[in-house]
Amino acid sequence: MIIKIDNLTKCFGDFTAVDHITFSVGKGEIFGFLGANGAGKTTAMRMFCGLSKPTSGEGRVAGYDIAKQPEMVKKNIGYMSQKFSLYEDLKVWENIRLFAGIYGLDGKQISRKTDITLKRIGLMNEKNTLVKELPLGWKQKLAFSVAIFHEPKIVFLDEPTGGVDPIARRQFWEMIYEAAEKGITVFVTTHYMDEAEYCNRVSIMVDGRIKVLDTPGRLKDRFHAKNMDEVFRQLAR
Amino acid sequence: MLRYLIEKEFKQTFRNAFIPKMILAFPFMVLLVFPWATNQEIKNINVTVIDRDHSAWSKRLSEKIGASTYFNLAGYADSNDEGMITVEDGKADMLLDIPPDFEKNLVNRGETSIMISANAVNIMKGGLGSGYMNAIVQDFAGEIRAEIIPASGKTGLPLIQVIPQGRFNVFLDYKVFMIPALIVILMTLLCGFLPALNIVSEKEIGTIEQINVTPVRKFSFILGKLIPYWVIGLFVFTLTLGLSALIYGLVPQGNLLTIYLSVLVYITTVSGLGLLISNYSSTMQQAMFVIFFFLIIFILISGLFTPISSMPHWAQVFTYFNPLRYFIEIMRMTFLKGSGFMDIWRQLAALAACAFVLDGWALISYRKSH
Repeated sequence: MIIKIDNLTKCFGDFTAVDHITFSVGKGEIFGFLGANGAGKTTAMRMFCGLSKPTSGEGRVAGYDIAKQPEMVKKNIGYMSQKFSLYEDLKVWENIRLFAGIYGLDGKQISRKTDITLKRIGLMNEKNTLVKELPLGWKQKLAFSVAIFHEPKIVFLDEPTGGVDPIARRQFWEMIYEAAEKGITVFVTTHYMDEAEYCNRVSIMVDGRIKVLDTPGRLKDRFHAKNMDEVFRQLAR
Repeated sequence: MLRYLIEKEFKQTFRNAFIPKMILAFPFMVLLVFPWATNQEIKNINVTVIDRDHSAWSKRLSEKIGASTYFNLAGYADSNDEGMITVEDGKADMLLDIPPDFEKNLVNRGETSIMISANAVNIMKGGLGSGYMNAIVQDFAGEIRAEIIPASGKTGLPLIQVIPQGRFNVFLDYKVFMIPALIVILMTLLCGFLPALNIVSEKEIGTIEQINVTPVRKFSFILGKLIPYWVIGLFVFTLTLGLSALIYGLVPQGNLLTIYLSVLVYITTVSGLGLLISNYSSTMQQAMFVIFFFLIIFILISGLFTPISSMPHWAQVFTYFNPLRYFIEIMRMTFLKGSGFMDIWRQLAALAACAFVLDGWALISYRKSH
């Protein structure tokens, strides 16, 4: 198990944002982490990434304790936040170079891999473009490539396709599948239920708790629903 | 790893539409505008003369005052009330009231009195104005005495003349006094508050989260933020030295190595303060407010404008915790007196202590996770 979470809780004062969640994710899996706005998904994800300290409970990500060894966790993961957070005033290649450099890749390796990556995602012509001039869909593709550039064991994606058009979303999911094929575990939150169908397994979070966790197929059977949208509506109302 | 962070910071700084211009505009403002604007010499005080004597001597006195560069004759009035109106209207800052029989009393009794009233709303102007006026009147009295005594055959009082000499700033030039201290403010803004705003803006935009989720060591991240500003700070400092030599012929009397060592200690100190502010601020608005708070307090109790020795004791205690105070002292001493390392080591040690506390605190309070 590459992610193993046990009774993890996060409180902000009196408010319990994440309430004793327990689950695990296997290597190479595409795991959908669903829930309504404010259900606690982002808070939980920030804990898994070592950005936020749990109030109680335990979690191991890539074999490291998220509370005690957050820096080791960070070495082994990639993260793409809900808010676009590459540098808008840096060029496409400069953003890649910066983050790859931080993860310890050397200069030659970086420039060689930059070209391969940009060709694959079709942004080779934009190599010298400032990131702020790219359309959102392209930015998200770039952010994802940056998040997996150092070949992490797991990549955490927080609503990666929010505000992106259907064609770009489709391309984005193709990239996710490619990453999964390479053995990278994908942990993704989304509000698009058609995307939930693409996941190996999904969990649905309601008010800080994980209500259900199973494959999309079995969840649909269990709730007698014809798609994930109906499942979600029944639970997250 | 650090290399990539510094590279990024420089790219962003020079790509910014505003910051490079500011970095160049600052030293020019500090040299060309501020030293003139912060001049505390009082000139052009408007005086209304109430001459109730209308004698040769009363006329001579008012002309002597009008001829001084400190005073302008705003006009004449016939009574004190009339004179007061010119003060109330803002046409005059001072009244010189020459009583009737001014000349007669001087000749017959050898003494008389005149009244000076100053508008003390601006106490600098009021106080210094009265002082200057006093000096001119005394000078006038001396002239009169010198003229009368030989004629009357009386033995007068011995005349003692004081000749002041300004050491280290012979012409008491205000610019020479202010420029070394204004450089301190420049360094504070460039190396303390600019990086603070930079970090808070990354918090606001959200890019810092992407950095925090990487295994970057916080020490590297902080150095990556500060080193570019130290480089810029040293560049601007050198530029300012060159310009002040070129424009005003003001060349540091002290050892340049000592001066640069002090600058290095100072920029690490203010960077610590800036970092500390950025650690505790989550928005630009908050950071700006805190910066203004500290900047104003630090400047007012730094000895920049008013001497620390004339502050009440409790206020002097505050200045011990003000890094600006020490650096302003160092700069003025090394620039004007040519003080060496042995003369400034106390101030330098105090600065280093400030640096140790501020940088240490900033490093401990910087958090990658919450």
